[in-house]
Amino acid sequence: MLALYIIIGVVVVLFIAFLILYNGLVRLRNQVKNAWAQIDVQLKRRHDLIPNLVETVKGYMKYERETLEAVTKARTIAQQASSAGAGERAKAEGELSSALSRLLAVVERYPDLKANQNFLALQEELTSTENKISFSRQFYNDSVLRYNNQTQMVPSNIVASMGGFKASEFFEVTVAAEKEPVKVSFTQ
Amino acid sequence: MVMGALLILIGYFLGLYFFDRAIAGLVIALLVWAILSLIGYFQGDSILLSMSGAKKIGRDDHPRLYNVVEEMKIASGLEKMPDLYIIDDPALNAFATGRDSNRASVAITSGLLQKLNRDELQGVIGHEISHIKNRDVLLMAMCSILLGTIVLLAWYGSRFLFWGSMTGSRRSSSSRGGGQGQIIILVVALVFMILAPIFAQLIYFAISRKREYLADASSALYTRYPEGLASALEKLGTATGQLKSANKATAPMYIVNPFRQKGMQASDLSSTHPPISERIRILRAMAGASFNDYDQSYRQVHRGGTGVIPAASLAAATVPIATIKLEGEAGELNEIQRARETSDVMWQLSNYKTIACDCGAKLRVPPNFKEPQIKCPHCGRTHQV
Repeated sequence: MLALYIIIGVVVVLFIAFLILYNGLVRLRNQVKNAWAQIDVQLKRRHDLIPNLVETVKGYMKYERETLEAVTKARTIAQQASSAGAGERAKAEGELSSALSRLLAVVERYPDLKANQNFLALQEELTSTENKISFSRQFYNDSVLRYNNQTQMVPSNIVASMGGFKASEFFEVTVAAEKEPVKVSFTQ
Repeated sequence: MVMGALLILIGYFLGLYFFDRAIAGLVIALLVWAILSLIGYFQGDSILLSMSGAKKIGRDDHPRLYNVVEEMKIASGLEKMPDLYIIDDPALNAFATGRDSNRASVAITSGLLQKLNRDELQGVIGHEISHIKNRDVLLMAMCSILLGTIVLLAWYGSRFLFWGSMTGSRRSSSSRGGGQGQIIILVVALVFMILAPIFAQLIYFAISRKREYLADASSALYTRYPEGLASALEKLGTATGQLKSANKATAPMYIVNPFRQKGMQASDLSSTHPPISERIRILRAMAGASFNDYDQSYRQVHRGGTGVIPAASLAAATVPIATIKLEGEAGELNEIQRARETSDVMWQLSNYKTIACDCGAKLRVPPNFKEPQIKCPHCGRTHQV
């Protein structure tokens, strides 16, 4: 009789432990999913801001056609890549980031533009969106790290393999240009 | 937990003395605490915000502040954007409130908003957001209610005891008989009544300081840039203006102690905040941006001893400090521009219209101005209101 109770007790404890670990994994997986959705929102926001920016800046910048075209082109490529995997996407967005920061660096040469209220508002939005992209990427990678750790560590890895929890992919910046400070050349 | 136990002990002695039953005092103590905590839990944030005269702002009122808060919300992984308030006060301070992350608010004084650049603002907001994320608001509200109850009960208790012993104990001839036992209980109760509030206060301050360190560490982790918060604290440290609307109960919610005075050495036990200079030193000594780095930096500043970060949150992962800020420094406003921007927002929040005249003057039209046109007092041009 005692043995039966012990067996029942052990089974119950194991079951509860399983539930806790399983729920923990689900929570982490959802967090990763949400974080990914957040990156998506911010990247889309940036794509939406760019035509506006180019339109505002065009009238002032007579000599920066190449810079403007580079931004427009990078945006088109990034938009096309938005259905691709994390790796390819990160690359396209990285190109866009560096094209944008080149454009914003060039703005220094146009005092009229810097006084334009519309442009200042756009610049604030763009700056903040860049920050939001990097912060959401940071949070996504942190979440992925926690989730992947959970799926690989004992004892939750047993639950993970039973429940079909697969490790997630990091969102890495692959473009060297984004990691280095932007070089501004003042020659035409 | 310790404070709860203190409260119950006080109630126990009060009940033992007045009602011959410990349970009656206990019930009173718990009842008082329950009522206070319920009020604090459901109304605490709105009471605090209305007391400080904070005005709620939206995205269009101050896009930069709104954006910075949203950035920190994303970095911390909060699910809901907290409400944003500006307090029209030249003192430099900021606080967070709200019982959980779904109903939280961040408030900042207009003075601080003018003083800080974007990185510094990010550091301060990161600190406040982490108070929300770590649920410090709830913790400190509960602690302060407990503290308040202990002080309250102890104060009344000691008064009654005092008068009771002056007029001769009314129960000295009761059937329990043991006069000596009575005196011992009286003495123990008296000593306890005096010491309990002091201990409760010290515990409360210790908890508060610990949560401040944790919030600093979280801010550094979110922004990946401890220097931002450090330089903001430096600006806060040099200012000495006291916040008019702060009071003792709400003090731990602010980024720096709202009651600090110039030249005060705040490193003693009776402060809700660690000394600013020490917080800056810890932040500047960080080798990376992780909790681990903060903990090591803290040990270094304190010459050994235990760390401040709960062991469970210490991850071994290395987190580099961002050396390159992605944002274009080109668009950064200087202090005068920020002051103008903030005063525009404050006028607008009190329903004044702002008309920019071509001569460079700014006309503030009060809400009760009924005329359809207004003349610029500077150059004489007329404007449609």
